[in-house]
Amino acid sequence: MSEADHAKLGAFLQRAPYVRFLGMRAELAGDEMTAILPFSPHLVGNTTIPALHGGVIGGFLEMTALAQLWVTQGSGKLAKTIDVTIEYLRPGRAMTTYARADLRTVGRRVANVHVEAWQEARSHPVAALRGHFLLAGD
Amino acid sequence: MTTSVPQAAALGMTLVSVGEAKGCMAVPWREDLVGDPDTGVIAGGVVTSLLDHTCGLAISAAAKGQMFGTATLDLRIDYMRPAAPRAGVTAEAHCYKLTRSVAFVRAQAWDADPADPIATVQAAFMMSPRSA
Repeated sequence: MSEADHAKLGAFLQRAPYVRFLGMRAELAGDEMTAILPFSPHLVGNTTIPALHGGVIGGFLEMTALAQLWVTQGSGKLAKTIDVTIEYLRPGRAMTTYARADLRTVGRRVANVHVEAWQEARSHPVAALRGHFLLAGD
Repeated sequence: MTTSVPQAAALGMTLVSVGEAKGCMAVPWREDLVGDPDTGVIAGGVVTSLLDHTCGLAISAAAKGQMFGTATLDLRIDYMRPAAPRAGVTAEAHCYKLTRSVAFVRAQAWDADPADPIATVQAAFMMSPRSA
């Protein structure tokens, strides 16, 4: 990843109000982007456990996919979500969540993206997303 | 159920109605919930939270007052079209099958007209007795 990619990622994180609502951040290390969602009380869906809201985890995974596409495509336009399947593997605890996106295929019009989120250990994912995204410009 | 859940309160979620194994909830449009400032359309993540939550409401309605906890197993969302700019979103969910361990739910979300949905959902939830 180049300086330009860092700038693109920074622009993505700055532009979407919902990214700021979540409090989502992201870091680039080489060609790997890691999205970071620090814990915040307004993200809780179950106060008994307490656990993150399923929708928050889903939204974070979707935003991670869109961020990765934004950086890789570099068109300056946001891809449109066609469909997503979110699998919940473990409760999202009251702690920082991380996610990485894997662009499985990026065609001319559509991309297939897998995203995995984890907390304490990457080998113990809390949730995964598989989705199709209509690429900007179509 | 709406105000006691921090995420639902943070999104300004409101209860619209509860019926036979059905629930309906809404999130009004708000500047800080926008996903793409180029369009002013509410973020997909907000719709995901609303749909997940409304599914939970439909399960409560189907369980007729029994105490239980739900954990989302999976949620598939198909986006028919983006919501209109600066439009809030309403979701209705139907728990069409409830067993002792699993709830199966369908839901849809719309901005203006239920017959013209922005998203449809198929979801499964694990049911567990709540020791409250």
